[in-house]
Amino acid sequence: MIEPLVDVARDFPILQREINGHRLVWLDSAATAQKPNQVIDSVNDFYRWSNANVLRSVHTLAAEATTAFAESRRDIARFIGARKSEEVIFTRGTTEALNLVARGLGDSLTKVGDEIVVSPMEHHSNLIPWQQLAKRTGATLRYVELAQDGTITVDALRAVIGPSTRIVALSKVSNVLGTVNPIQAAGEMVHHVGGIIVVDGAQSVPHEPTDVQQLDIDFLAFSGHKMCGPTGIGVLWGKSQWLDQMEPLQYGGEMISYVDRDTATWAEVPEKFEGGTPNIAGSIGLSAATRYLSNIGMKKVHQHSQALGQLAFDTLYEIPAVTVYGPGRPHGAAIAFNIEGIHPHDIAQVFDSLGIAIRAGHHCAQPLMQWLGVGSTARASVYLYNGEQDILRLREAILETKRYFRR
Amino acid sequence: MNLDELYRETILDHNQSPRNRRALENPTKTVGLLNPTCGDQIKLDLQLEQGIVRDVGFTGQGCSISMASASMLTEAIKGQSIDDALALAQNFKAFLTGTPSRLPLGELEALQGVSQFPSRVKCATLAHNALEKMLAESDESS
Ligand SMILES: Cc1ncc(COP(=O)(O)O)c(C=O)c1O
Repeated sequence: MIEPLVDVARDFPILQREINGHRLVWLDSAATAQKPNQVIDSVNDFYRWSNANVLRSVHTLAAEATTAFAESRRDIARFIGARKSEEVIFTRGTTEALNLVARGLGDSLTKVGDEIVVSPMEHHSNLIPWQQLAKRTGATLRYVELAQDGTITVDALRAVIGPSTRIVALSKVSNVLGTVNPIQAAGEMVHHVGGIIVVDGAQSVPHEPTDVQQLDIDFLAFSGHKMCGPTGIGVLWGKSQWLDQMEPLQYGGEMISYVDRDTATWAEVPEKFEGGTPNIAGSIGLSAATRYLSNIGMKKVHQHSQALGQLAFDTLYEIPAVTVYGPGRPHGAAIAFNIEGIHPHDIAQVFDSLGIAIRAGHHCAQPLMQWLGVGSTARASVYLYNGEQDILRLREAILETKRYFRR
Repeated sequence: MNLDELYRETILDHNQSPRNRRALENPTKTVGLLNPTCGDQIKLDLQLEQGIVRDVGFTGQGCSISMASASMLTEAIKGQSIDDALALAQNFKAFLTGTPSRLPLGELEALQGVSQFPSRVKCATLAHNALEKMLAESDESS
């Protein structure tokens, strides 16, 4: 029996809730993860005892807040293996981070004849910024072809990455298929032709050890709220050499060095990209989340997510009239499925009546739905507070849904 | 929460055997509508003759609520005047947000339970919105 990795009753009060007469089973962590008391308390404590703006005033609370903000950046840098904490730029989340690279650097990096490579499994937030970039600069958007089981092979990468490739933008782990993509191979190929690789880590950073040096990538985007942190805080990590060239998108306070009536010069990285008062409490909450995860150990988190993801995959695979998408091994924490003749909305509705939260829809990945040949899917996703018991509840709920709709 | 309040027998029946689920050969009017939150879509075809809905068909994909609702709507408006069909769609939408309908809604009343599930109101009104959009467009062309 696979048990939850953490003391759920102690750390996650929300998971003690009863929904429609059943104990809540949260299988929607790919949309957003629940927050442990440790994270909630860190945010509360900041507001209750230490609240002040950062980088502005000389008084004691301002100094405390500024130190806490800087320490958060350092914790998060360490969590992803960044060489310098200045390489961590705070954003609202993955979406803002990817838009920042696409506009701030993509515009100067691409022109007519250049190519940007993405995959059909990308979340809209790692697709539309590149679509729009291609429209602005006249570059061509190219797609790496997926294998039958939804994986990306090294050969498929080789077929699409070439001398004209300036940017490769790929997710490390798919939020629908649970596939794990060959980021290192893609990075090597694009570096060979002088381009860069931008990685959407929204679904990988919460679940596995991340080392940006070892991955040898140029940019990594991720969201705090999918890794037990607060909403409204995320990160764009980038190599200093690129961040120095990248243009800011938000002009205003805090991001400048010298201003006169007609001109302005920019502050150093990372302040250059963080115009305005930042999400101070969010950064503190996110660093508390990295500590929470590190105390458990990201290797253990990874093993747990994969073991449960694969168990869920195998469990659903065996139920008649259920289609599960993506590869069986390795399979990440998100498991997309359909039940023949029952629409995902209806599946999610029956699940809710049983206290189980799953997602139904296109998961912000419409090109992937087109590739799968479906309008939408149901999706269950697991995290460290889930255990085998929850997968059994998932199985029961599917059988109940089939009974309810007489399928 | 009682699931049976949402999924009344009539709804399950219309979902299992939808009426008028076909594309018309020579529709006078056609309109497609997308529910962007879930990617569901519906296409509604109307055959109009002197202001009367002579025939109607729908195609597309969606959840049981949107498909059953489309199926019921097509049955309800066949043979009706354009004005009556439009009034029905508008009354039905108001009905789902708690305003009593001024017209008999017939089988569509089975969708009353949807009003307790705000996330599903969009599903139940997809076909009605398509109809409204289509008839608004026909106003412009006449
Ligand atoms: C793979 C992937 N990329 C990007 C995002 C967008 O993240 P956010 O909405 O936090 O910006 C998500 C989550 O929704 C995701 O799963």
